[in-house]
Amino acid sequence: MRATPSILPLRLTGVGYDAGGGTLIDGVDLTLAGTGRLVILGFNGAGKSLLLRLCHGLIPPTRGRLEWQGPGAGAGARHRHAMVFQRPVMLRRTALANLVHALAAYGVPGAARRERAWAALERFGLTPLADRPARVLSGGEQQRLALARAWLLEPEVIFLDEPTSNLDPAATKAVEEMMRSFTADGIKVVMTTHDLGQARRLADEVAFLHRGRLLEHGPAEPFFTAPRSAEAAAYLRGELVV
Amino acid sequence: MMEPGSAFSAALDLVFGGDADFWGIVLLSLRVTLTALLIAAAIGLPLGALLAIGRFRGRDAVIVLTNALMGLPPVVAGLLVYLTLSRSGPLGFLGLLFTPSAMIVAQTVLILPIVIALTRQVVEGLWEEYAEHLRSLGLTPLGAIPTLLWDARFALLTALLAGFGRASAEVGAVLIVGGNIAGATRTMTTAITLETGKGNLELALGLGIVLMAVTLTVNALAFGATRASRRWGG
Repeated sequence: MRATPSILPLRLTGVGYDAGGGTLIDGVDLTLAGTGRLVILGFNGAGKSLLLRLCHGLIPPTRGRLEWQGPGAGAGARHRHAMVFQRPVMLRRTALANLVHALAAYGVPGAARRERAWAALERFGLTPLADRPARVLSGGEQQRLALARAWLLEPEVIFLDEPTSNLDPAATKAVEEMMRSFTADGIKVVMTTHDLGQARRLADEVAFLHRGRLLEHGPAEPFFTAPRSAEAAAYLRGELVV
Repeated sequence: MMEPGSAFSAALDLVFGGDADFWGIVLLSLRVTLTALLIAAAIGLPLGALLAIGRFRGRDAVIVLTNALMGLPPVVAGLLVYLTLSRSGPLGFLGLLFTPSAMIVAQTVLILPIVIALTRQVVEGLWEEYAEHLRSLGLTPLGAIPTLLWDARFALLTALLAGFGRASAEVGAVLIVGGNIAGATRTMTTAITLETGKGNLELALGLGIVLMAVTLTVNALAFGATRASRRWGG
């Protein structure tokens, strides 16, 4: 469906990240490709959010390289992947204006912005929220708006950091449906979660991080039934690993 | 000298009577302060935003300095502008001393630190909250400034009103650089100061009433801005 050439794969080679005198990410080799949903799992502090930020280019790695290697990579690649944060940032504007702003930041001409923003609201059933101040929406509405705002930018990859961590079951379901529709649009979803049930529902691939190192990366099914590392096995059993 | 009671009713006559001299003073005061506010906003909002997002050597010192200048005594500001604009001063050739322009300059000097310091404070907080999202959208810190200023609009309006309040109430700076010349540089505050001394209480009281009304309006607007800000989710 996409006319523009792909920016994928994204190849990480020996990526490491240090902060505050500690090593938070170390020696990560990982290739993101295809359109399957990748779920990054790991205990608190394993470096999941950090890995998303590194991939999205918000922070530069201390060591190693990240390269978008597809034919569409290059100068315009920065605008081809989007990210939604654990606590979505809502501008002090209406829901619609939040979408219009994102398009403006991407350099979309003024005339087309409102039309595309409306289309995105319609697509995800958010039109009743259009004129409401975004910051006084409920947590679930804000998260759906944030996802719609990312989708609106027509990315090839969307990074989602704990997209449902503070949501009730109904809102979680709505957000998961949006993620499925992203996949149907050919968008690669890369996400972190603490919800193992959600990981089982959504993951096509799993990456398991432990203390900043990538211990496993592969198809979801074998990971959940027979993880190769002891740490992942303990994680799946819900044990506390110190 | 008139009795205070009869002076008050005479003052009300002035306020509601449409006296040309009286309203000339009021309008000049408003023109001077509003023009100063406009100039201070045009310079102070972008500078305050730059200070909020910029990281450079000496930034802390600049922040402390602007914070300190918020308390600059008006007479000192007046004195500095006087020295700059006086015939032997660096800008003496402009011939601005004892004109409304000189008063505008003096009040701009008073308002500017308030606008810069409060803008810096507000925008810095907002930048902390917005930075990741705006950078995710590919905006540079410089490119993020319009977004930040717009989203801080209610808090910034309050900052501007604070600047307006300070300038409209001060007397020292405009007195020194304006000279309180009747029909030319006489403002509400300078007129009150001198007319009270001369025993012309009804004029002083009448202007005092208008000044109070201006202050009330400014505070009502500030209150409204805070309300509006809350409606948009802080």
